[in-house]
Order: sequence, then structure tokens, then C-alpha cells
Amino acid sequence: MKLNCELIGKVLESFIRDELSKAGFSRVVVGLSGGIDSAVSCFLAVRALGPENVRAILMPYKTSSKESALDGSSVVNQLHIKCETIEITPIVDGYFASQPDANSLRRGNLMARARMIILFDKSMEYRALVLGTSNKTELLLGYGTLYGDMASAINPIGDLYKTDIFQLAQYLGVPQAIIKKKPTADLWAGQSDEAELGFTYAEVDELLYELIDNRVSREQLIQRGFKEDFLHKVIAKIQSSQFKRRGPVVCKVSPRTVTHDFHYLRDWGL
Amino acid sequence: MKHIVALAQISPKLGNLSDNLNLHLHCIERARSAGANLIIFPELSLTGYILQDLVPDIAIDPLTSPVLQPLLSLCQDIACVFGFVEVSDRFNYYNAAAYAAQGKVQHIHRKLYLPTYGMFDEMRFFAMGENLRTFETAFGQMGILICEDLWHPSTAYLHAQDGAQAVITVSSSPGRGVRDGELFHTSEGWTHLLRTTAQYFTIYHIYVNRVGFEDGAHFPGGSMVVSPGGEIVAQAKYFEEDFLVTEIDLEEVRRARLFAPMLRDERLELTLRELTRIINKRNAAR
Repeated sequence: MKLNCELIGKVLESFIRDELSKAGFSRVVVGLSGGIDSAVSCFLAVRALGPENVRAILMPYKTSSKESALDGSSVVNQLHIKCETIEITPIVDGYFASQPDANSLRRGNLMARARMIILFDKSMEYRALVLGTSNKTELLLGYGTLYGDMASAINPIGDLYKTDIFQLAQYLGVPQAIIKKKPTADLWAGQSDEAELGFTYAEVDELLYELIDNRVSREQLIQRGFKEDFLHKVIAKIQSSQFKRRGPVVCKVSPRTVTHDFHYLRDWGL
Repeated sequence: MKHIVALAQISPKLGNLSDNLNLHLHCIERARSAGANLIIFPELSLTGYILQDLVPDIAIDPLTSPVLQPLLSLCQDIACVFGFVEVSDRFNYYNAAAYAAQGKVQHIHRKLYLPTYGMFDEMRFFAMGENLRTFETAFGQMGILICEDLWHPSTAYLHAQDGAQAVITVSSSPGRGVRDGELFHTSEGWTHLLRTTAQYFTIYHIYVNRVGFEDGAHFPGGSMVVSPGGEIVAQAKYFEEDFLVTEIDLEEVRRARLFAPMLRDERLELTLRELTRIINKRNAAR
């Protein structure tokens, strides 16, 4: 799964510049989690727009690891971008004060959505667009919060697998500490993507690339040595998360329904 | 005879006819001041590519529409190939490219093969063209193809057999499939096809692809001119707007055909006989 990072970097930079300027914007806001995806998005944005047009927002919760904050700050320092820190603890705890039985999944979702609210508000304040940080692996597996971290205006890395993100991070010069640490959503202490998913990104990306990009049949994949239960688990995840990749379902009653047969790109007229 | 050709590797605005028209006028003026005899724009250059439901709203009848007048009136001492949506008197909509010279549209090619798979959905919105014709120009006999047309080898073959000395292929071809190669997989495919068809048919192959993005779909450019020997004689940049001015020399066509007279030796009756047999066999199998 080798990637020509120079070529991809160039295309993604012009994507950010082009889609932004057509829509009448010159700035982005990006939520920096301290992880590799938001770091890569941020590095790309700075290459595309210059440091003065990228605003980073750090949004820790009281249990977020200190390491995340440090890694987020290292991106800010290296790129010389402006950054502000907004604690989500009052929003999250304020709500859950009346919901004492909420489990960690509900809490994690609300944290992701609290961050989304802040990013979209800040995008209004700065007349900027929210830059997305979801990669293709997450999008396919549904490993993200709908209307939370999955929400953005433009997403430069949504067609790149996690394995690609690691390569691109090296190419872009993302701090080594961020590249080397274990991927985590950091919604609760000790959380690890790979432990939670039950497989590694390297394993699943190899499978997804063959299954989705190359459309290799399931039989062939098993012949090539992919374990049957692993294959079925991944396919089930893709299928059951399809709702996260589509807008709300609208009941079609009129001759032309905006979600069914009203076909215009967002770049209409731009 | 040598002629100067300008390849306008532009990024049209989606569904914005007036801005795109102004961009065309600007490029035509630029080509004229560069001494060009012919300027070529990409597929759907006046409208943008992923038009979908915009198709009927942006369609024009090129023979009567006043919209084209400013463009046509500039085409006096320069000829121009541009892309647009054509509406017919039966209200069919075509992905079309026109050749304009002496202030008039001289020839229209309607896209024959409308990709409707993967990311493409053209047959939903457009009608298929039915004819493939070469036409006479001040620069020799020419034929136009639009994007997917070239991915069917019969089209370039027919143009060459119909007398084309140069084939003009215009496209809005997205870049897809990148791993560790130098270019997108699709760009490499284009280079193979353009060079192969030029060499196969001993023709100039002039290719203009657009650049820019439409909702994240990315058009990588890479417009080029390929000689009748199959060599790239000039190439525009990948990934950015460009304006390539280069020369074609029809003497090269004559020389290429001296060294490689395959066009002369082509057996049309044999091809036709075998095609008829294949069609009959297929029909019988139904």
C-alpha cells in the first residue's frame, strides 16, 4: 500500500485552496485532537493556505490525556498557527448532570458532538470553513460519531486509508511523537482504536483496499488468506454503518424530492 | 504546412455560462496575440462537467443561440473548438463540441459514448450522438472525439479512415487511482491511448483535458500534442491551469505515412465483412 505522497500532497493542497476559494472563503478551522489525522489535515491546510489562514482549536475534556494536549500544541508550534483552547467539560458535564446513568458510548458521542458545535461556531466567528479529519478507514467502518467528528465542510483526507495517513504524515513532517503513538479517540482513559476494533489498521486497510477499491470477490479474498470471520466482521461493520455516510431518509411524495431526484453538486455555479 | 495551435487547459465554473464565456473570450484573445491559428478548449468547457439536473437549463442551440455570438465573432482569423450542451429540436440534450471558424459553427460532434458506471452518470442526463464525421479545415481534415469516445478504438480508426490528419480529443477526465506511480492511473492511461492511436493511424492527436475540482472530483490536466509517429511533441502541466502554444506540421503526417503506410494497407472490406459476420452471430445467439 505504498503512496506517492508528493503527488497526493499536491492534489490535496489544491483541493483545499480550490474548494475554499470557490465558496468565497480563505480560512479554515480545524479541531486538533493530538492525533495523526487532525495533524495531517492541519499540515495540509497550512501548505494550501498559509499559517495565517489556519486556526486550530484544542477542545479537551477533563479526562483527556495530557499527552494529547501536548501533541496538539506541538503541531501548533511547528506550524506557527494561532490556536485556542476551549474546554468541553462544562458543556458535557452540564448535560450529563441530569443523565447519571449514561454509559461511556453516550458520553463519547456527546463529547464528539460538543466539539462539532464549537468548531462550527468558530467557523462563523472567523468566516472560515470546518476542515474534516475523518479518514477512509473510519468512514468505511463507521468508526466515528455522526454529526460529531464526522461533520465538516471539506475533508481532504476522507479518501485516504489510515495506512496512507501514516505515510503522508511522515512526508509532511508531522512530529514523530504523534506518528509513533497508538491511535486513540481519547474519549476515555486508555482507549485504543485497534483494541476496540479488534484488528490492526494495517490488517483492515489491506482488506478494505482489495474489497472496496479493487472490488475483489469475497471468495478470492478468502483464497488469498484473509480469515473468513475477519472478512465477515468487516463487511458487517461497513453495512451497518451505511446510515452514517448518508443524509437523513426523506419520504418521497412529490414529483421532485430534494434527497432523491434533485441532482446538483455543491459546487453549482462556482 | 505548419500551424500554431493553442491548448487552453482551463477550469470552467460549474453551470456558470457567462463567466465561462468570458474566460473563453479572454483565452481566444490570448491565442490570437500568440499568433495561434486554432485554439482548443476541453470537454463541456462552457458549462463545467458534472452538470446533472443543470443540463436542460444550460443547453443551447448553437445555430440560433445569441449566447455564442461574442465567441463566434472572435473566430475570424482564428478557429476554435469548444464544448457545450446542445439541445436539439426534439429536446434531446447532447454533450457536444463545436468547431468554429470564419465567424460560424462549421462542425458539431456529439459525444458517442456516454460513460455511465462508477463515478459517471452521463446517460442519465444526455442523449447519445449517432454520427462520426471528419471535416475540412484550413489545417487539413480533422475529427473530434470527446473523452470516453477515445476509449473505444473504433472511433479513432473511423476518423483516420475518413481522412483525418489530426484528431482532436477533448475531455473532462478525472484523475483516479494513485498508489506509488508517478501519475494518476487515469493520466497514464490517457498517454498510452493518445500515443497509440497517433502511431496506429499516423495522425496528429491533439488532447485537451481540463483542470480544477467539482465537489472534490479532480481533473488533472496533462493536455498534449502527439505527433503522427506517436511522440509527445508538447505537453501542458499536470494539476494546474496552463496555456500551451505549439506547432503542428502536416508534412509530418506525410512523412509518417511513408515510413508506416498502414493506413493505406488497411482492408476496410475485410473489417466490414468480419463485423457483419460477428453481428449476425450475436443476433443468432439471442
